[in-house]
Amino acid sequence: MSEQVVDKRRRLFLTAAATAVTGVGAAYVAVPFIASMNPSDRAKAAGAPVEADISKLEPGQLIRVEWRGKPVWVLKRTKETLVQLEEMTDMLRDAGSDESEQPESCKNVTRSIKPEVFLAVGICTHLGCSPTFRPEVAPEDLGADWKGGFFCPCHGSLFDLSGRVYAGVPAPLNLVVPPHKYVTDTRILIGSEGGQA
Amino acid sequence: MSGMLKNALGWVDARFPLTKVWNEHLAEYYAPKNFNWMYYFGSLAILVLVNQIITGIFLTINYKPDAQLAFDSVEYIMRDVEWGWLIRYMHSTGASAFFVVVYLHMFRGLIYGSFKKPRELVWVFGMIIYVALMAEAFMGYLLPWGQMSYWGAQVIVSLFGAIPYVGEDLALWLRGDYVISDATLNRFFAFHVIAIPLVLVILVFMHIVALHAVGSNNPEGIEIKKHKDDKGVPLDGIPFHPYYTVKDLVGVAVFLFIFALIIFYMPEMGGYFLEHANFVPADPLKTPEHIAPVWYFTPFYAILRAVPDKFLGVVAMAGAIIILFLLPWLDRGVNKSIRYRGPVFKAAIIAFCISFIGLGYFGMQPVTAVGTWFSRFFSFVYFAFFLLMPFYSNLGQDKHVPERVEEK
Repeated sequence: MSEQVVDKRRRLFLTAAATAVTGVGAAYVAVPFIASMNPSDRAKAAGAPVEADISKLEPGQLIRVEWRGKPVWVLKRTKETLVQLEEMTDMLRDAGSDESEQPESCKNVTRSIKPEVFLAVGICTHLGCSPTFRPEVAPEDLGADWKGGFFCPCHGSLFDLSGRVYAGVPAPLNLVVPPHKYVTDTRILIGSEGGQA
Repeated sequence: MSGMLKNALGWVDARFPLTKVWNEHLAEYYAPKNFNWMYYFGSLAILVLVNQIITGIFLTINYKPDAQLAFDSVEYIMRDVEWGWLIRYMHSTGASAFFVVVYLHMFRGLIYGSFKKPRELVWVFGMIIYVALMAEAFMGYLLPWGQMSYWGAQVIVSLFGAIPYVGEDLALWLRGDYVISDATLNRFFAFHVIAIPLVLVILVFMHIVALHAVGSNNPEGIEIKKHKDDKGVPLDGIPFHPYYTVKDLVGVAVFLFIFALIIFYMPEMGGYFLEHANFVPADPLKTPEHIAPVWYFTPFYAILRAVPDKFLGVVAMAGAIIILFLLPWLDRGVNKSIRYRGPVFKAAIIAFCISFIGLGYFGMQPVTAVGTWFSRFFSFVYFAFFLLMPFYSNLGQDKHVPERVEEK
């Protein structure tokens, strides 16, 4: 190298190559850090099914069971409620539950296996609050059209007594019905549909 | 003695630009001589930041970021740790004070045109600070693990779930679990005490560096750098130190007076600074009857609730924050200060303030049909203020801005 001539193309290539390799390396190093924020194996394993006993459940009564850290409601509906659910269609966004999440066995008007026993994950499909159970008909705050259902206090979403969302409220979908099955007539296994739990 | 000090200073200056930095940012940083009381809030924001960092460090000494222990450890700080209640109330009141100060600081910038050329980046850095501050406040609010902590976090993290395709996975990744849980609490603690404070401090540094490069605006909106003496000192400028350091001390005294009153006599501020439901431990099975974010988030929360669609509601809420970043390019007015702008702009500012406060009010209230319609109206005004700005901001600007800051 007697002459001090700078090969600019070569310099540009080396700079670009070094930058590209560093960039790829940085991207690879970022992977474990980003992945470490995913649910851990322990969190994934914690989703075992739980059992609910409905032998003491009176018509009109609701109990809460914890499944995967979420509230699951078990509601025993009255005969009047079941009749009235058929008449709700006009007020609902997804009356046929076509876009909502439920087991195949619950894709019907009552959204349940047995018409009177209704199960739902008690988490609003809008932003995850737990709606309150408001079975009374036409209370002052919810208006004369209210036929009983669930009211989300956070953003005012309304659901009927089979967890179907009203039209014109923020929640986009009906409440989720969790997979469940009847172990006996009065014991329900939540989190499992068939076979062994 | 002074000779020795001089020698020591010379020794340092040869190795670190101490005198240079001191002069550039304090003793020879020339700020306009006509600052009014609206200019207190920048230095007060730094004061509150320091308060949050120091009280925060001492809170971590006794706090336990664990879903089983967190709530009790906060009560332990309040009852059993010597002066723990004071440190905790300084921190919780400081959070609200931070937003009071920052909102007033932003309002000052808005009415005097401090975001306008050449200060666009000062505004943008400031807006990033504001967003980081919201993240910091939100994550901090989870730590006491009360009912509001839990369900507030549930709602805010669910907002990310509304993003099409990747939303649910993103929310899952943020929580680190299928619901808000110990994993979420632990990581929010890490972000709250390390990641975001570091980012905040760096951003504040950049905000000030950018400001000192272009120079401060003033209530008249006059560029004082246009008229300099033969040494290059602006004729209408005075050195920040000692003039404004002393002035700011007065602001600090007034601020601390009010701050102390709140800490000692109304630290919960009737449920606005510390919400009542947060004195009940988190219960994943039951949402409180009425949940609302802390007051400083409620304007955006009202916008979210005003839209009867999940995704569009989130878009509107995010848009309400993003649009603030664009302010320097939306405002086409030639004159900076509201003192020299037309009646249309003044009316727009008033309408904006009413709608922002109105949104803040309705965001705190339970959902009612009337409240929703008011929120929709105010949301409309909020967005109209910004989106129509290119059309109305240059109307009626025939007032002449003086060349120099005049003595009154």
